[in-house]
Amino acid sequence: MKCKTCGKTAAVNMRHHKLALCGEHYLEWLPSQVQRFIEKQKLFTHEDRLLVAVSGGKDSLSLWDMLLRLGYKAAGFYIGLGIDEGIAYSEESHQKTVQFIEKFHPDVQLHVVDVEQTYGMTIPELSRARRRHDKPCSVCGLNKRHIMNRVAVEGGYILVTGHNLDDEAAVLMQNTLRWQTGYLARQAPLLESTHPNFARKVKPLARIYEREMAAYALVRGIDYIYEECPFSTGATTLFYKTLLNQLEGQSPGAKLSFYLEFLRARKEGLFKAAQDSVQLHECNYCGQPTSAPGLCSFCRMWERGDKPSPSIVLDAALQFASFESAGVTEEVTT
Amino acid sequence: MVKLTFRSNEWEVKPGMTVESALKKLDIDPEAVLPTIKDTLITTDYILKEGDVVKLVAVVSGGVNEM
Repeated sequence: MKCKTCGKTAAVNMRHHKLALCGEHYLEWLPSQVQRFIEKQKLFTHEDRLLVAVSGGKDSLSLWDMLLRLGYKAAGFYIGLGIDEGIAYSEESHQKTVQFIEKFHPDVQLHVVDVEQTYGMTIPELSRARRRHDKPCSVCGLNKRHIMNRVAVEGGYILVTGHNLDDEAAVLMQNTLRWQTGYLARQAPLLESTHPNFARKVKPLARIYEREMAAYALVRGIDYIYEECPFSTGATTLFYKTLLNQLEGQSPGAKLSFYLEFLRARKEGLFKAAQDSVQLHECNYCGQPTSAPGLCSFCRMWERGDKPSPSIVLDAALQFASFESAGVTEEVTT
Repeated sequence: MVKLTFRSNEWEVKPGMTVESALKKLDIDPEAVLPTIKDTLITTDYILKEGDVVKLVAVVSGGVNEM
């Protein structure tokens, strides 16, 4: 198979686009696709300050790389979750992030918040300390959402995440099968800030196949964390991704049209009623927006763990705040 | 023979078939992997040659994307 642009041997074939490209032209083509989506969805401009949530994985590192290559002002943000499970997962993911910076963009800024240092427990410890022994994934997701939002708001950033098309289509399928209209109403590549303490959130990779992102990382030479999070084994999302890949194999472009047609229907107001029914309150403790009066889920979670006690949580939260005002932006280096 | 590896698995197939045919024979979803030879991406129409070692890179890997 030959590159459509130069005729050399192709490295990547995208059946859904009926397009094959060599490595060199693929590295030009994919960022241009991302740029088009950013402009079409009006996600952000070159004047905005972006905070890219990085995990050491292919999507977030490649996204950060593309945004910097496209000339955007993009700082990185890494959360130390303290996941070890015998393979030093968090440590390795942090290492990959630092190595990426050193290799490609030595002058960029990386903000780091370590959950254990800030709140007193790692994510697996917090999960085990919960009375109901919550799954680590739900504990992790809630903590990441809270911390990312908080740092983005306090730093005056737009929060950028590396969700790709496969991520979005899998969640969409999950929510559609259960007709979760509230979730469907909130699934979008752009979530405007609807409250002073809510960051504007964007997903520039929402129409890029996961396969295309992995290919970009390989061709570009980005060394990313290859192993899945040890807690993700058997995750429902992976099951839906497998199903969607089978569909894609039979019908190239199926994933993309499933997602884009959803966005069109959403834009036309299909889920407007569910969207309008969300009322926001401020958490009594941290002030972040929450759907129910009282404490937000994040503060309830840390309050209910066996340890730290509520008073320790209070101290940790204050440390977090001062840490940020001092410029969280501590650059983690080797 | 041609060797294919994917995570900790390893298979051998005969040369002369395409990567796509090899994946089909091994019941591996082509959408879920990227085939490489010596760290270089190849397309699935590549015809396997004697002595080739094809490393299949999983498309889905870890990540901490939540919003």
